[in-house]
Amino acid sequence: MTAAKVRVPAQPGWFTLDPEAPALLGSRCDTCGTVAFPKENAFCRNPDCPGTTFEEVELSRQGRIWSFTDARYKPPDPYVATDPYEPFCIAAVELAAEQMVVLGQVVPGISAGELAIGTEMELVLDTLYEDDDHQYLVWKWAPVAASARTQAAGA
Amino acid sequence: MPERVAVLGAGMHPWGKWGRNFVEYGVAAARAALEDAGLSWHDVQFVSGAETIRNGYPGFVAGATFAQALGWTGARVASAYAACASGATALAAARAQILAGLCDVALVVGADTTPKGFFAPVGGERRDDPDWLRFHLLGATNPTYFALYARRRMELFGATEADFAAVKVKNARHGAVNPYARYRDLVSAEQVLSSPMVADPLRLLEICATSDGGAALVLTSMEFAHRQGLQNPVTVAAVSTVTPRFPQTVIEMPNFATDSAVAVSGETGPTFRQSITQAAYAEAGIGPEDVDVAEVYDLSTALELDWYEDIGLCKEGEAEKLLRDGNTAVGGRIPVNPSGGLSSFGEAIPAQAIAQVCELTWQLRGQATGRQVEGARIGVSANQGLFGHGSSVLLAR
Repeated sequence: MTAAKVRVPAQPGWFTLDPEAPALLGSRCDTCGTVAFPKENAFCRNPDCPGTTFEEVELSRQGRIWSFTDARYKPPDPYVATDPYEPFCIAAVELAAEQMVVLGQVVPGISAGELAIGTEMELVLDTLYEDDDHQYLVWKWAPVAASARTQAAGA
Repeated sequence: MPERVAVLGAGMHPWGKWGRNFVEYGVAAARAALEDAGLSWHDVQFVSGAETIRNGYPGFVAGATFAQALGWTGARVASAYAACASGATALAAARAQILAGLCDVALVVGADTTPKGFFAPVGGERRDDPDWLRFHLLGATNPTYFALYARRRMELFGATEADFAAVKVKNARHGAVNPYARYRDLVSAEQVLSSPMVADPLRLLEICATSDGGAALVLTSMEFAHRQGLQNPVTVAAVSTVTPRFPQTVIEMPNFATDSAVAVSGETGPTFRQSITQAAYAEAGIGPEDVDVAEVYDLSTALELDWYEDIGLCKEGEAEKLLRDGNTAVGGRIPVNPSGGLSSFGEAIPAQAIAQVCELTWQLRGQATGRQVEGARIGVSANQGLFGHGSSVLLAR
């Protein structure tokens, strides 16, 4: 059963494992304030900034869809697909405070027809794939309304 | 304004899924280009190879690989990698050698053999490579990104699935008469719209395939061309290999996020795609209103519409009208992708930007049988490679 498996991030250091309010981990340049995801740790992307030190920051957990699509065919390796393959959606979500757009899969059970540009989305953790002992977690976007429903159902 | 160089020869190996070594296609294309130029391999002083990363070491050292396959002559050599823009980068290197006076005759070659299905990242577990990670963590294929742009276009400008299908119908009509195209059948809008959805809203017939193919060009100094008796050759007026400007606010393959714009005040400039041909126009002192024919990188039907605007053929939001009015078909005001585009070729990555220039060369010479843009004198290509590689070549006669 999945409950007995150890929950580990599919990519360590990219997001918190807070079960209630997970967040992506980005960097903020100490010199100019530019935010980056994934984290920068050596140099700032801003060509006008000589910054080399960064603070780890949690990115906004909510944003609005900039665009979206789905994956009707199984992506190639190194994607670890479900068997049988279940299509999923991918959303590019705009974070207002950071002024950036971040990609993520959309939680299972949502079809492209249920999404729209501007839809409010929230970051959640979900299983990317499993092996015998581990559940590998990744961030996904959930429509705020659906996410509230899931929590109300105690899932 | 830089001096011009002459395009003396253009040659291609037909695109397909031939399954042979990429070197064969490159050599066939090179020999065709040399024959077209009326020159021998021994005349070539500099070989500029566009790399393929899917074919092992010989692909990484493409310039030397093709030189060896043609028979070592001592010619100088370079290899360039810029993903889909590799061909333009190889061309830029050859042009610079000629303009610097270091050689008179250069051969530019790109060829590829592709696997079946989606492009996948290079193997191994590489957790510091965003291209590997986007497949692993998101299952984000190339069509994922194409579809994000397509959906955005529908939302912002009212593009419809019928518009996207019309792009395919047009390009299939062009490609049907191109002997180098892989797909030579006419396609109806009904066929497009009944093909399987791959990445909503894009369907199978709207996304470019992956192909085998090869393309080559012989570039020379103007003096050399004149000595060969060519008074009015097709010339390279400008080459753009620009990178993006910070902050890049459009999500780009293979990234997980855009740049953040928080630290930048005021107006952001043109988008990356807009800046690609702007740099070429500025270099040549030629404007989009002067262009007679364009070859753009139609990775998807919807992306071709984005290019109409990005290369300045119309204002933002007006691409659908340009298409619907028939202006971008051969016979229209500004034909786009008379070759049939990626839609009819599929992508042979290092060859593609070179193939665009081959088509424009034939168009400017009046040799594009069955798909000729009448009286074409100025042609522009536009292309974009993964990881921030712009590519545009402006040809004039």
